[in-house]
Amino acid sequence: MAKQTKSAVNLVNFGRSESATLLRVEDLKLYFRTTKGVVQAVDGVSFELGRRRSATVLGESGCGKTTLARAILRLLPRNVHTFSGKIVLDGVDLMPMNDEWFRKEIRWRKISFVPQAAMNALNPVLRVGHQIAEPLVVHHGVSQDAAFKRAVEAAKLVGLPEDFLSRYAFELSGGMRQRAIIAMALLTNPELIILDEPTSALDVLTQANIMNTLKKIKREFEMSYILITHDIATSSELADEVIVMYAGHIVEHSPAARFFKAPLHPYAQKLMASVPTLREDKELEFIPGQPPSLLNPPKGCRFAPRCPKRFERCAEEPPLFSLDGVSVVKCWLFAR
Amino acid sequence: MQQNGVLLSAKDLHTWYELRKFGFIHAGYVRALDGVSFDLRYGEALTIVGESGSGKTTLLKTVLGLAPPTKGTLVFAGQPVTAKNLSWLRRHVGYVQQDPYGALPPFMNVRRILLEPMLINKVGQPAEREARIREVLEEVRLLPVEDFLLKFPHMLSGGQQQRLVIARAMVLRPQLIVADEPVSMLDASVRVEILDLMRRVQRAHNLGVIYITHDLSTVRYFSERVFIMYAAKVVEKADVREIVRNHLHPYTRALLAAIPDPDHENALHFKEVPPGEPPSLVRPPEGCRFHPRCVHKIPGLCEREVPPEFEPVPGHFVACWLYR
Repeated sequence: MAKQTKSAVNLVNFGRSESATLLRVEDLKLYFRTTKGVVQAVDGVSFELGRRRSATVLGESGCGKTTLARAILRLLPRNVHTFSGKIVLDGVDLMPMNDEWFRKEIRWRKISFVPQAAMNALNPVLRVGHQIAEPLVVHHGVSQDAAFKRAVEAAKLVGLPEDFLSRYAFELSGGMRQRAIIAMALLTNPELIILDEPTSALDVLTQANIMNTLKKIKREFEMSYILITHDIATSSELADEVIVMYAGHIVEHSPAARFFKAPLHPYAQKLMASVPTLREDKELEFIPGQPPSLLNPPKGCRFAPRCPKRFERCAEEPPLFSLDGVSVVKCWLFAR
Repeated sequence: MQQNGVLLSAKDLHTWYELRKFGFIHAGYVRALDGVSFDLRYGEALTIVGESGSGKTTLLKTVLGLAPPTKGTLVFAGQPVTAKNLSWLRRHVGYVQQDPYGALPPFMNVRRILLEPMLINKVGQPAEREARIREVLEEVRLLPVEDFLLKFPHMLSGGQQQRLVIARAMVLRPQLIVADEPVSMLDASVRVEILDLMRRVQRAHNLGVIYITHDLSTVRYFSERVFIMYAAKVVEKADVREIVRNHLHPYTRALLAAIPDPDHENALHFKEVPPGEPPSLVRPPEGCRFHPRCVHKIPGLCEREVPPEFEPVPGHFVACWLYR
């Protein structure tokens, strides 16, 4: 049944090129103007994401991970101070595009978004089915009825029973609402889905269920994900690679297999040591101090004031060092 | 202070919320808490784990006297709790809320926030109150105290706000602290710090603590005894290590299986999750409440009879017919 559904959803396809890299972000900067000064929320971030890969962006609140997602989707507030760098999707630089073109051709068509607190993202006065169908109507000019039919298929795929589609958002449980949003993100058959904390407000069993659904979709549709989260244990369910952000910078980008065994950057190591585990006994650690203010970030390595391994060189800002050709670390310990 | 006496004793607590149609026609009850009994000794930490809607917050509200029990009794420090002695109860029970920012009045500074409970309960003389404020701030490590006294909640980080909430719960020198998911809104790196702090405070003052959470993985860093709740009932009671090693109830098993540890292996296979969702508490299923989702259901028994508590291992109680 899944196969059948897949071919139906595939009707909307726009010749995908087959290079290995799907998304390349180069020196992305997004600064905001505030009454206190300029907040450097994302400060020179570069990474690449392959096709059919999922990357997890990990970090604490205020490290710029949600801003990174919003920058890629160009969902920007009004007080933008600087927005520069390159975002290349399928070999096409998205930065020179005007906003209208980006809205029509990229957002939802190629990159869709599952927002934070997706539970509250549904419109309370629309039936869930119509809402799921909306991206097709808006972006592909499909008629309401045809779009609704496809919404039914997408809903089946994420495990949302058909009769739920004629209900309103308040009649659905948190997990079901989350499924509706994921169905909506899938419907236009995008190449990349950005998920911002997709399970943080859900119960453990519901969370496991949603993660199963996301895994299944990734396998069947060969989709790429960027998963933004602060929940390290849950992120391991979906990650092929892990990107760790700290104070607006990427400090480590490693394959998941390496990261969950032995992270490289001192911050990532501390972060992993602070995760409580159910099955093994370990002494938990916490990171003393607080992340720096992004209004006026310190010179040099931004983690240095809290870092147990700092030395003289940390007064200078470390570049990204690559290790074994698979990992990238922003730390002087890996200088050669 | 008694060392081994019972601080809080709940017997067959039921808290039902009435449902009304058009505001006055009786339309049934939400059985948010349906027959829970336990004893908490002085200085004991107890964790209650459950999903949303399992009744854990209602249990907490009942203990705080915010939701009067429909049936059953609550005895605190040897005295039954009634509608008349709630102010006495609340003076001896501290409450740590889930969302620290929402729990702190934004227009009061730290000093005022900590002074307020003492003013309301008419505790101490002005000089003594100031001394207590300093004492609790030192205890929760908001140091140096002078820097914090005049700050407002928005000037504090999430971890500092939660420490202030703990300080406020401590300022009346309670015997019992009730904490509702105290770390769920905090970043991973701060969580451990707050759990450590609560543990330290609990030991230093020999406090009874009821810690409510949905996150089983933090439990072992906090308490020894765990209750697992499902659909308004406690299904399993045991030591935390025992629960992890030798969980008996099928629901506990499913819950534990769903909790990931950070490991890349997780990405390679699917998790087993019981089908369906927790039942409605207006008309809960007959018999065992987990039976519609249970893979080990005994036909003819589980859907008819409510399982009593069995004790297959000493000190380990489980409400499941598999262990009769």
